[in-house]
Amino acid sequence: MSDREIVLQARAVSMQYPGTLALDRVDFTLRRGTVAALIGENGAGKSTLVKILAGIVQPTGGALLLNGEEVALRSVRDADARGIEIIHQELNLCPNLSVAENIFLGRELTVGGVLDVKRQEERARELLARLEHPIDPATPVGGLPLGQQQIVEIAKALARDVRVLMMDEPTSALSAAEIAVLFRIIGDLKARGVAIVYISHRLEELLGIADTVSVLRDGRMVAEAAADTVDTRWIVERMTGRASGAPEALEHRAPGRELLRVEGLSLKSESGRPLLSDVSLRLRAGEVMGIYGLMGAGRTELLECLMGLHPEMAGSIFLDSKNLSAMGTSRRIAHGLAMAPEDRQVSGLVRSLSVLANMTVSSLDRFTRGGWLSPAAEEAAAAKAANELRIKAPGLRHSIESLSGGNQQKVVIAKCLLTEPRVLLLDEPTRGVDVGAKREIHAIVRRLAAAGMGIVLATSELEEVRATADRVVVMSRGRVTAEFAASEAADDALALAASAALEERPGRA
Amino acid sequence: MSAAPGGVRVLLGSYLFRLRALIVLVALAVAFAALSPAFLTTGNLTILVKHVAINAILAVGMTFVILSGGIDLSVGSVAGLAGIVAGGLIHSGLVLRSFGVVVYLHTWLVILVALAAGALVGGVNGGLIAALRVPPFIATLGTLYIARGAALLISGGGTFPNLTGEPALGNTGFLSLGSGTVLGLPVPIWLMLAFAAAGVFVAHRTPFGRRVYAVGGNERAAELSGVRVPWIQFAVYVISGVCAATVGLIIAAQLAAAHPATGETFELNAIAAVVLGGTSLMGGRGSVGGTIAGAFVIGVLADGLILMGVSEFWQIVIKGLVIVLAVVLDQMQQRYMRRAAAASRS
Repeated sequence: MSDREIVLQARAVSMQYPGTLALDRVDFTLRRGTVAALIGENGAGKSTLVKILAGIVQPTGGALLLNGEEVALRSVRDADARGIEIIHQELNLCPNLSVAENIFLGRELTVGGVLDVKRQEERARELLARLEHPIDPATPVGGLPLGQQQIVEIAKALARDVRVLMMDEPTSALSAAEIAVLFRIIGDLKARGVAIVYISHRLEELLGIADTVSVLRDGRMVAEAAADTVDTRWIVERMTGRASGAPEALEHRAPGRELLRVEGLSLKSESGRPLLSDVSLRLRAGEVMGIYGLMGAGRTELLECLMGLHPEMAGSIFLDSKNLSAMGTSRRIAHGLAMAPEDRQVSGLVRSLSVLANMTVSSLDRFTRGGWLSPAAEEAAAAKAANELRIKAPGLRHSIESLSGGNQQKVVIAKCLLTEPRVLLLDEPTRGVDVGAKREIHAIVRRLAAAGMGIVLATSELEEVRATADRVVVMSRGRVTAEFAASEAADDALALAASAALEERPGRA
Repeated sequence: MSAAPGGVRVLLGSYLFRLRALIVLVALAVAFAALSPAFLTTGNLTILVKHVAINAILAVGMTFVILSGGIDLSVGSVAGLAGIVAGGLIHSGLVLRSFGVVVYLHTWLVILVALAAGALVGGVNGGLIAALRVPPFIATLGTLYIARGAALLISGGGTFPNLTGEPALGNTGFLSLGSGTVLGLPVPIWLMLAFAAAGVFVAHRTPFGRRVYAVGGNERAAELSGVRVPWIQFAVYVISGVCAATVGLIIAAQLAAAHPATGETFELNAIAAVVLGGTSLMGGRGSVGGTIAGAFVIGVLADGLILMGVSEFWQIVIKGLVIVLAVVLDQMQQRYMRRAAAASRS
């Protein structure tokens, strides 16, 4: 690989933010037709480096070389003009515009100043066909599933004669099948000489696709290697700067009395499509129940129903044999349910509030003395929770945005714990969280269960099920398709159950 | 954690930014005091603060609405309606046609009814927004017209003059709401202080206040955290309605007459005070203290420019410039905070 010509190069690039050196004289080389994986814990400087390469921010030191010549990328447009494109983790599409309009946004095809809708749609159709996703170019993007939106985002980059493509966590919202397509596309791009920078927390996946691996830690480039000479263990050690231990074997205890019982839960979408069909569950005290399923399996909808976000659902929910079905969210919390939602930016955190206020927003009544909030009581409880969960924060009064993803997630969990729940619902608790924080969160889950809490943990990662669950319930297309004791659940059996109902779809072989 | 020094700097920077309305206020006051000897006289300052009181009370209510992520365009009309309700009750009494009698209410009851009228319009706003999911801009634009029309209907388009009241009817004393003094300070100024103090404490020291911030910052997260979002939304508009009604009462009492056009475009001044005070129109960020400072900036600016003989037309232009500048500063603050936050992440 090292004989390939260098397309883009960063030389001793530094980024000084007020108070912090985000990147410290980093060298990075990208060669034609290769995939370079960029790895590091949250806050290691990956995003900063990618933003510099894409022209979004300008480095405070060092130089960028494009095809051997020094360039200054002053803006995204500047980078775009040189064939450098970025696909953000949060997709940058206009949901109200059509697929074709999104693909050609900013460089519309025109005839005499008037939009050439027909030609745009034709070109869009060609691009999508090449991506093996014949989406109708006239459909509004907002109506597409997340995976297809990702495809549109890629088509958008392809429409621009891309030479360098940066992908920030492109698979976090994709199903296994969609990931397979994405990887084929990446292979195709490589063959056509495109250089790709690939960021992901899923190490296995990275090693499957990358040619080179570059590890950042604390703003410094700590290791670089050819992907076929390293394994995940090597990466984790470089990322964290410490030797990785084997995952601890779970200690299974005899579960306690029944805490949560769900009977015949069904939910339909507004268009009448079934999202959940006749789901029944039982959860005992001290038990971690993993809900495993792919995107669209109904994991999130199930937890949302438990929290009372879908009053239109059918079925019953009992907590300690008390029927919660007719209650609103706040009363369910008062009765001992709490949930850390899937997307902490969208549903978990209030970004304009401090770390402290985010922790206590669910349990304010506990800190009220005669109608007034007691800052002392609030602070004491938050400090205790921050200490127990080992939340790293510059200060409790600082903005929640000053925390890394992993620590933000812990704040969401702390918020739940401050309501003193008997049953804790966790939806993808480690998504977008670095390896170190992930392990800590798994340990927290085990610790809470050991203290007698009942935990429902919904996840699309097998590894997460392995690391936390006593019992695994597998869901597919809104149904429970299998249930295993954790010790009996083989990977292939889980995977099979997770894709079970897929085969029943009419029109499929 | 390695970012500790950066953290301190972030905090310091953000405090300076947050206090910008106060800093501007002090700068303006010093400048006008130096330029015009009339500025720092008791007489001028009393008039100035009485003017500010009107806008500040409206703006306290508006702050809660904007913090929750909404907007209340109806406050000027509500002030007009509340004044007319009070004026009508004092001047003509409550005419009960079917009984053939006219009932005159005690002054306190008049005030209560007028405040209730404000709360009612606020409640309609809140109901439309929280229960029927009407966008706040539209809902309160509608009630802006409805409340103004109602005021015109009640008064027949005319003015209720001479609100002194008659001792025999037990409805005297209304005027002291506008022109009375307690301990040498005009009543409207006391009212402003009371609303400001209550606003600050409710916003920062009660669960309700914190929930308003949470709803404005992230409605969905607030809901999932057990905040009863519709109730919070309902309550902030009721608060705003009561604040607006108070202002209507003060103005009617100051003029000793209720006019149905009272309060036109007041909503814009109130929004300007809130924005100048550093509260984000997106909701979730800001403070009542900032709003009070913002109201004073507007008041001091108007007063000082008059003293200096600047034309009225230029005053309007300058007010507009100051508001735009405030929003530009707000954007800069957000960018600065985000960058600083990103930097201290490690």
